[in-house]
Amino acid sequence: MQAEVKSNDQEVKHAQFSEFVSFTVAGQAFCLKITQIREIRRWSPVTILPHAPSDVLGVMNLRGAVIPIYDLSARFGLETTEASERNVVIVVSSAGKPVGLLAESVSEIISINPEEIQETPPVDSRNTMEYIQGIISHDETMVRIINLDAVISVPEQVL
Amino acid sequence: MKTKVLAIDDSRTIRNLLAATLEEAGFEYVSAVDGREGVDMYDDVAPDVVITDINMPNLDGFGVIEELRGTDINSKVPILVLTTESAPEMKARARNAGATGWITKPFDDASLIFALKRVTGAAA
Amino acid sequence: MSGSIQDTFFEECEELLEATDEGLSAIEGGDHDPEVVNAVFRAVHSIKGGAGAFGLDELVAFAHRFETVFDEVRANRMELDEPLIQLLLRSCDHLYNLVAVARDGGETDQAHHNMLIEALDKYIPEEEEDLTFEPMGLGGPMDVSAIDIPQAPTEETYQIHFRPLKDMYSTGNEPIFLFQALQEMGELTIVLDDSELPGFDGMDPEESYLSWNLTLVTTEARATVEAVFEFVEGLCELSIEGAGDADADAAALAALEAAFGGAPAAESPPIVEPAAMVEETPPAPFEQPAPAPTPEVKPDASGSKPAAPKAENSKTEQRGPNPTLRVDLERVDRLINAVGELIINHSMLAQQIANLDVADVRDVETELEGFKNLARDIQEGVMSIRAQPVKPLFQRMARIVREASSATGKSCKLVTEGENTEVDKTVIERLADPLTHILRNAVDHGIEKPEDREGTNKDKVGEIRLTASHRSGSVCIEVKDDGAGVNRPRVKQIAIEKGLIPENAELTDAEIDNLLFAPGFSTAKEVSNLSGRGVGMDVVKNAVTGLGGRINISSSPGKGSTFTIILPLTLAVMDGMVVSVADQTMVVPITSIVETMRGNDDMINNLGADGTLLSIRGSFVPICDVAGALGLEKKDDQPPGVYLLVETETGQRSALAVDDIHDQRQVVIKSLDGVCGEIAGVAAATILGDGKIAMILDPESILAASPAVGAFDTERRMSNAS
Repeated sequence: MQAEVKSNDQEVKHAQFSEFVSFTVAGQAFCLKITQIREIRRWSPVTILPHAPSDVLGVMNLRGAVIPIYDLSARFGLETTEASERNVVIVVSSAGKPVGLLAESVSEIISINPEEIQETPPVDSRNTMEYIQGIISHDETMVRIINLDAVISVPEQVL
Repeated sequence: MKTKVLAIDDSRTIRNLLAATLEEAGFEYVSAVDGREGVDMYDDVAPDVVITDINMPNLDGFGVIEELRGTDINSKVPILVLTTESAPEMKARARNAGATGWITKPFDDASLIFALKRVTGAAA
Repeated sequence: MSGSIQDTFFEECEELLEATDEGLSAIEGGDHDPEVVNAVFRAVHSIKGGAGAFGLDELVAFAHRFETVFDEVRANRMELDEPLIQLLLRSCDHLYNLVAVARDGGETDQAHHNMLIEALDKYIPEEEEDLTFEPMGLGGPMDVSAIDIPQAPTEETYQIHFRPLKDMYSTGNEPIFLFQALQEMGELTIVLDDSELPGFDGMDPEESYLSWNLTLVTTEARATVEAVFEFVEGLCELSIEGAGDADADAAALAALEAAFGGAPAAESPPIVEPAAMVEETPPAPFEQPAPAPTPEVKPDASGSKPAAPKAENSKTEQRGPNPTLRVDLERVDRLINAVGELIINHSMLAQQIANLDVADVRDVETELEGFKNLARDIQEGVMSIRAQPVKPLFQRMARIVREASSATGKSCKLVTEGENTEVDKTVIERLADPLTHILRNAVDHGIEKPEDREGTNKDKVGEIRLTASHRSGSVCIEVKDDGAGVNRPRVKQIAIEKGLIPENAELTDAEIDNLLFAPGFSTAKEVSNLSGRGVGMDVVKNAVTGLGGRINISSSPGKGSTFTIILPLTLAVMDGMVVSVADQTMVVPITSIVETMRGNDDMINNLGADGTLLSIRGSFVPICDVAGALGLEKKDDQPPGVYLLVETETGQRSALAVDDIHDQRQVVIKSLDGVCGEIAGVAAATILGDGKIAMILDPESILAASPAVGAFDTERRMSNAS
């Protein structure tokens, strides 16, 4: 059987000029490959999950499906986001199940030559190393490429 | 009337494979998840042929053959056992218990249908 | 199509690997019960079987070694010592990896793989290592296509002499079907030889007297002809002779004989062109389309080209008495979900219309009411597709009672009522285990020994009555025995011995009876091989509550016990009370609420530092603050306004404090599986009329998590006892 889910770094290496969506989280620029994103929605209040960790904001209704919403900022170890209507929820797919990621705002779609992607320089932050799979320079700012699998893999037991 | 097959296997995968092949070929397909359920269902289903796995919980394939052969009314129903090729002695045991024939796992569509044809005379 | 079957395989693999894991862990923990060993063997065997079907050779080879070693254990030819258990556990982990590689792609760690294979091989006896070993001459791993048989496109004439032995008939083999198979290969002439038939007087009806001389003209290879007789090899006298014995055939025969070590017949079925088989499938113009059980809908019965039905198959065109349609469960579930959305959609519309500032909306509301009724009709219709009669389940139970009776030396009969009561398929499936346990329990502990029964003027044969009925939107399953009833002093004594209750506890009869459901309770004086399997009635209770149901026991000494299981008709919708808790809207299942009441300060009594009791008509029940139990912060310090009186299985009452009650309505249950882990106090979620998600609460688990109520429980027992 053909493997359907390839690891992300493989995908990045083999692709020619992939399109990425860049957005800001806690003032920093991040991006995800456009094919990883199902849709982008404006933030609306979510339903709280009791006993959930601080980076799990709750659940929302996406056309009849219950999907969990994560605070990317909290997940990256940055300050938690006070979500408002100006913010967006980026809906991505994890093993066929949709998951929402709260970001400050979406910036633009950028085209990246895979060869421009640099490895993440080692920094003293486990969160960063775990969730970022590479960086690129775009319009003189650093954009961090998110390792989606790492970000949306949640421990089974929320408690 | 379609030829009715009662397939007894505890593996959902094998049941699905059998169902897909047999229904495609026009057989009527009924399944049971273990030997006990298969034997219990037998009278209601009244199949033309039984296909049974050997290793199953509750009642194994030999038990199925023995119970079905044990009653006069079912003594002639063709029973095919599903065996893996690594266990040829299973075929001998199954035959001694009264099995009509066997299907070697993994099976392909043609050999499955061919086996059924030889014990029921029906292609479907 | 095979893609979805393959998906099923990987799903099943997960379950089988879990079972393997679980079994090995139990074995590691010292449980060497043959049934545990068998379960592991079967699980690995099933993985191998499925993997073989998809050509996952690496997985097959490894599972085969695992299975072979385990078969030695199973047959008590090998001891399960610590090093072997550790090796098997590591092999199980490796099976997980192999399955993951087969499913998701990637590389197997070859060094690790080979190391484990080597280690396993050390446990495999010499003669088993040759997987093609063929002790009985009854079909080995022989693939005709693998042998280099020169093609023989020319016609060949075979003279076949076939004389069945008596034993052949007892295996269900019929000569006529073999001849039909030959007939399809070419031109067949059949001559019956009945010369051996004795006179009527001397005839043994069991004996075989007939033989046949067949002449077959065919272009098929000899191996294909021989394969027809595969199943009757050794059960008949058989000779197959080619008229000319062409060089090609001689070569093929030589190859075959070499391969079979001189065995005369080919073992594997011939490779028949699938297309040829398809053409023999007659079209079925009168029948319902029978789509394969995959999400793909096929508009036609099969993809086969319609062909003129052969004469012997024309009977297949008859219409069946009860045309039915096999539908993939997933498709039904999608429909159920869609109808659920429709109902939510309706309540959203209704809410928005109510909010409109329009004077006269009566017409709209009438139409909307019609819409709602239609949606409910559709919902009921769709639900009924999933509903099945409990009859097959009850039939299985009859056998359980027979087995249990003979194992315990008691005589019992099972009387069933309401076999045609229809229940959701999933409910039926998941009810089998708990019901089995209750019935075994009834035979083992409920029904007395025959001699004891005679002494009490009862019929020697004990009666167990299994009833299913619909009762106001629920399904009621009742198991009633006419045995001795719960031995309350004994039950209480055991509960004290096991530390389940304080020694001086005073309990009502109902409370004692319900101790049977307490975790870790078992009434067996000595471990009988029936109920003493470490599975208690608490497991039964968990299974029932897992289905959103309740179980009760009532018993009267000397007359018998009755277990009553109340289940929801469906697992997709339920009636709920919409409440608010700490600014969140939540739903509490109606079935668990006894009474609701608005609170005032007079009703609240403090007990100790944190405990509060609600006084209702002179009695006190502990208050559980739902917001606190769920770890939610309340915005203001106002005391909760409404109490939901709930009753636990033991009959103990508690008051759930919530901020307000809004509404009572049917809600569509949305599982939180895969969305988040298990959340204490929350059973599932639903979508409300405004499109917002609300948590569906599980009162039992909220109370279990609430320290205040737990503490009260002990205090009350202690005070009762003094």
